[in-house]
Amino acid sequence: MSPVFAQSAAVTDTAQIIAEIAAPPSEFIPPAPQNVIVSDNPNDDGHAILIRWDSVATDQAGLVDRYEIWRAAASNGTAGEFTNLGDVAMGTYVFRDGQANEGQSYYYKVYAVNDSAANGSPVWALTAESEIAGPGTPVAQWFDMQRINVFVGVLLLCAFIIFYIMQARSGKTLFIRKIAGLEAVDEAVGRATEMGRKIYFIPGSQDMDQVQTIAGITILGRVAEMAAQYETKLDVPVSRSLVMVTAREVVKEAYAKAGRPDSFQEDQVHYLTDDQFGYAAAIDGMVVREKPATIFMMGLFYAESLILAETGNSVGAIQIAGTGEPSQLPFFVAACDYTLIGEELFAASAYLSREPRQLGSLKGQDVGKGLILVAIIIGILLETFEIWDFSSLFTVIQ
Amino acid sequence: MRREIPLLITGIAGVVFVIQYFIPHFPFNRLSNWFSDWFSIVSACAIWLGALNLIKISVEKIAYKRHDWGYSIIVVGCFLLMLFFGFIHWQDSREPGLPFIWMYDYVYTPLSATMFAILAFFVGSASYRAFRARNLEATLLLLAAFFVMLGRVPVGDVLTGFLPEQFQLSQVAAWIMNFPNSAGQRAIIIGIALGIVSASLRIILGIERSHLGGE
Repeated sequence: MSPVFAQSAAVTDTAQIIAEIAAPPSEFIPPAPQNVIVSDNPNDDGHAILIRWDSVATDQAGLVDRYEIWRAAASNGTAGEFTNLGDVAMGTYVFRDGQANEGQSYYYKVYAVNDSAANGSPVWALTAESEIAGPGTPVAQWFDMQRINVFVGVLLLCAFIIFYIMQARSGKTLFIRKIAGLEAVDEAVGRATEMGRKIYFIPGSQDMDQVQTIAGITILGRVAEMAAQYETKLDVPVSRSLVMVTAREVVKEAYAKAGRPDSFQEDQVHYLTDDQFGYAAAIDGMVVREKPATIFMMGLFYAESLILAETGNSVGAIQIAGTGEPSQLPFFVAACDYTLIGEELFAASAYLSREPRQLGSLKGQDVGKGLILVAIIIGILLETFEIWDFSSLFTVIQ
Repeated sequence: MRREIPLLITGIAGVVFVIQYFIPHFPFNRLSNWFSDWFSIVSACAIWLGALNLIKISVEKIAYKRHDWGYSIIVVGCFLLMLFFGFIHWQDSREPGLPFIWMYDYVYTPLSATMFAILAFFVGSASYRAFRARNLEATLLLLAAFFVMLGRVPVGDVLTGFLPEQFQLSQVAAWIMNFPNSAGQRAIIIGIALGIVSASLRIILGIERSHLGGE
């Protein structure tokens, strides 16, 4: 708020206020923004330009309320008609024009504005215009340097994984810690066989574009193979048609691998609905009516997780669940017999197959985890004693 | 070829998606949108497979009067009813007042909300089991839950109003959520991120291929 307006606010007659401030004294004209610099916005796809100007001490004193940025496309080396792009509040000296076209040059002007209003209506706006700056041309970059740390991290992790895969292929024995939930898969399938009841496999409520769904489907292959060997009926209700097609193929292959292709029925893998709670309600109904002995829940789950797990618990089924959704893990832990926590879901396929190359990838993943642990400890020490801003190495600009 | 072509597509798509994260230049900056469009098109076509499968199973159940076939009549009836209301007004079926949107607003939405609402009761029953102090871990869980739940309601601070501010229940609950809980969550999230990288790499390199229907 300008000093003039603040002073006049004590007067009760609005018309008088407006009359007094409609022609503000010249000492309230703001200074023009200086040294306007136009440059390409780095690390982008060539559709943004940065406009910077010098900070002005007077904006803090009330002479500048905001800065308006105007743009004109360059044509034959000169600026065309200027249009208003928007504004930034006082104290901000940079504007990102994200509406630029790649390869097109633009000129810019910055206006310092000192304006005021009475009863919500603008009374006056004093402006000072900078010199025309530019031209600036947006250019697309071939590498986003803000993500170099992610790139190095991914390369390191991939190197570990590939190294251990090669080690495993050369015949070296790799130690992999026991995962209780996966050790129990045999027992869970066996229990269903003994009881003569069904196994339910629920691959989450999301589509095939989720890694967790793929991880769930890979586990389904192992479970289906065991179910085929033991001649136990396996039922796979799905909520996405693409998952249905994929899961059906996986189960069919598993039955063939187990030497029982004739036992496979296409309708073992069946579609219910895409709707989250419709899916949960349908499975609940099936579970209550058919009372399966074993339920696997592997994939991406949201709020339906506890609805499913509690219903399974209420019919006495042995339940093994796994998800990478941290907010749903407590529900599975509370309601299921075994839970694959986080990365265990992604390790399951390798763990169950015991295939050396897959186990090698698990080992590489564990080494990556160890490296992150070391980085955390170093970071704690350096940051606690204010030796170095270690966390800046891990900053990722989205 | 049945296996090699999907593996090749998976490998190329995987590598391209990794590259597009680091390269903002055309055409990489558009790939995510293009793939997303293709996925939507394939999904839209595939939904017919799902719907036909649902109808096939339900109709067979009714025809052969299998166990609980009565529920299948409801499934088929509801499916056909919504389909009928959707098609009679075609593109305008979502206009307010028309039967399709009426069914959606006054039948489907309340049923969905009811399903979500009963989650509260499931949480109650699961909590009862989870919070029994059977061993040291369960006792710690019980104590944490006790402080967090009481700290999240006004009565918590009323009960501990005589204590210094940092020992009042709302502050204790905030400390539990911000420190032990956050630390645990982060450990899990780091593990998940590494697991996703590892699983993705296995899929891209063709080591993991069981999702394609075989070893």
